[in-house]
Amino acid sequence: MADIINFTIDGKECVAEKGTLILQAVQENDIYIPTLCNYKGVKPQGSCRICTVRANDRLTTACTTPVGDGMEIENDTSEINDFRKSVIELLFVEGNHFCPACEMSGECELQALAYRFQMMVPRFTYQFPKREIDARHPKILKDQNRCIRCKRCIRTIKDEKGRSVFAFFGRGKNIEVNVDPVLGSKLTDKLAAKAVEVCPVGSILPREKGFRTPIGQRKFDHEPIGSEYKH
Amino acid sequence: MSKKITIEPVTRVEGHGKVTVHLDDNNNVIQTRLHIVEFRGFERFIQGRPYWEAPVLVQRLCGICPVSHHLAAAKAMDVIVGAGTGDGLTPVAEKMRRLMHYGQIFQSHVLHFFHLVSPDLLFGINADPTIRNIIGVAMEHKELAVQGVMMRKFGQEIIKVTAGKKIHGTGAIPGGINKNLSIEERDKFLKGEDPLNVDKMIGWSLSVIDFFRNYHAKNSELIDNMAAFPSNHLSLVRKDGAMDLYHGVVRAVDANGKKILHDVDPQDYLDYIGEEVKSWTYMKFPFLIEYGTEKGWYRVGPLARLNTADFIPSPLAQKEFEIYKAYTKGKPNNMSMHTHWARLIEVLHAAEMMKELLNDSDLQDDNLETKGNKVYEGVGVLEAPRGTLFHHYRINDQDLIEMANLIVSTTNNNIPMNKAVEMVAKEQMNGHAVITEPMMNAVEVAIRAYDPCLSCATHALGKMPLEISLYNNNNQLIDRKRK
Ligand code: SF4
Ligand code: SF4
Ligand code: FES
Repeated sequence: MADIINFTIDGKECVAEKGTLILQAVQENDIYIPTLCNYKGVKPQGSCRICTVRANDRLTTACTTPVGDGMEIENDTSEINDFRKSVIELLFVEGNHFCPACEMSGECELQALAYRFQMMVPRFTYQFPKREIDARHPKILKDQNRCIRCKRCIRTIKDEKGRSVFAFFGRGKNIEVNVDPVLGSKLTDKLAAKAVEVCPVGSILPREKGFRTPIGQRKFDHEPIGSEYKH
Repeated sequence: MSKKITIEPVTRVEGHGKVTVHLDDNNNVIQTRLHIVEFRGFERFIQGRPYWEAPVLVQRLCGICPVSHHLAAAKAMDVIVGAGTGDGLTPVAEKMRRLMHYGQIFQSHVLHFFHLVSPDLLFGINADPTIRNIIGVAMEHKELAVQGVMMRKFGQEIIKVTAGKKIHGTGAIPGGINKNLSIEERDKFLKGEDPLNVDKMIGWSLSVIDFFRNYHAKNSELIDNMAAFPSNHLSLVRKDGAMDLYHGVVRAVDANGKKILHDVDPQDYLDYIGEEVKSWTYMKFPFLIEYGTEKGWYRVGPLARLNTADFIPSPLAQKEFEIYKAYTKGKPNNMSMHTHWARLIEVLHAAEMMKELLNDSDLQDDNLETKGNKVYEGVGVLEAPRGTLFHHYRINDQDLIEMANLIVSTTNNNIPMNKAVEMVAKEQMNGHAVITEPMMNAVEVAIRAYDPCLSCATHALGKMPLEISLYNNNNQLIDRKRK
């Protein structure tokens, strides 16, 4: 039988199997932690920091840290939530997000997080980077204005040999995620649809399909993101 | 030495405009100009974006009639996706769009009449401005104010069920629409609790026309003469000459009713309409190429539409149309202030059209979209509340927009509005070195007849400050007054 360990989330006594990641342990207790770069079934990488919690008085990413016996986790506190909100704000000012005209509006996780954390005006200055749409690929468009470089596409969309169809290009603040020119032909219709689904924002767009879902029937039209958890 | 007087901004016009009046040494008006800050930036902004984004993106041009931009762009994109130039949509798609459009016409016209015009009519244009506003109407003519609010709400709810949201929705997509109308949605309008049902809307539309006709009977001097001038008139009409605000051919008549543009295909608009650029404003001046810039300018909007159309294809509005036409003995109506009358007849027509559409079972059909062979260029034209609206796009072979050209209704009415301002200024200001409140209002009232949507429509209605600036010959400010 697996080892059972005890820990607390915001003072509430919980149990989990030893070795479980904090994110999973918390979710199993029906408690919400926001995530963005994390994608189910894919190895977590802990890059976006939105899932940050305070564990035994240290800030850490819940998606990559295993829960420890006796661990005290702070999750839904004003300090942690403001930190998370600042991460969302940074993502908004760093790209060009004009939600009203975005076909992923209502389906987009970043936008949904901004609503859930009640982002009004970001505390940071808008960068207005000069970025473009790359529409060369016959199956998808890559809108660089909205890419948050979470690598969900790179980590999930692989050809039959396990090679990533998406890759990073450039470096530093000009780094971009795009279809690998050599492996681009490996993007089958099925994989293209999957890429659109995997991308948490409106950066990978299907061709000629936008705005088909009426307002009122979109994923986040009625309930905020994370509503599947009780707390 | 000449003086320049600036009236800024024009209150109760939707947005921000500025009127300058130049006086000579004897205080005679030598020149007037209406300056409009128009947001042409959209045509650049949309370049490089996927074509299917256009209907959603361009509606941000305007907070008052976004549906018109939404639909004009969608119509242009219909052409691009091979869904034809007006005849290729499925019945449900075409009719849902029409319903959205008539809802928009209805709510926009109602807003204009009740909120912006009725204060002038009820209190007189020279009344105290602290009463002569919508708040004053609400206090002294409660019933009328309630009607205005409920009629507007009805139109907005129609937009909501067709576009998803009251403003800036997503209903129309290239080649169709993204939803149909459920029976429950429909019945809210057909059988809605009083007053929010379509029959009540028709009844109220009739009574507001009555209200205007009574006013006119007592004030015909003002209504017939203020800023009346001959002009050409242009609009879409249905192929058989009927009024059609969503689709048709482009027709223009001159001041005497002679056809000068013979029902041409909107796709060919560039062959017939030119745009003149002037140094003092960013706004262009459209004209009929065949007649040149001097003789080819025209009016658009309700006044023009009732001059171009042969009849109105809904019975009650047709009856009103006949009374209206009889007033000018069947000739074109060139009286700016009659635009209000024409607008109210369109309110009635829109209400009748909504009823007809709501009763049409095609709206419950599921066949929402049409696609054919893609082409790279498309034009979408419709009659927005304020007049003919042209959208023209070209895309590249990667589906990105390469070129956009828009001629908005207010641009089409640019010369007529300048004309109206000039006439009123001459009449009211000649010989006076000071600007009085009634004078300023006369200028405003003349502009308001055209219901211009200026660049920014988000100001709280009626709350815009009025500022008068007086310049001398050397463009030095010698006086400035605010209220
Ligand atoms: S990707 Fe999301 S956040 Fe960005 S513009 Fe689209 S809806 Fe808004
Ligand atoms: S394209 Fe989407 S999934 Fe890929 S890195 Fe950018 S935001 Fe993440
Ligand atoms: S979800 Fe944990 S760091 Fe992104």
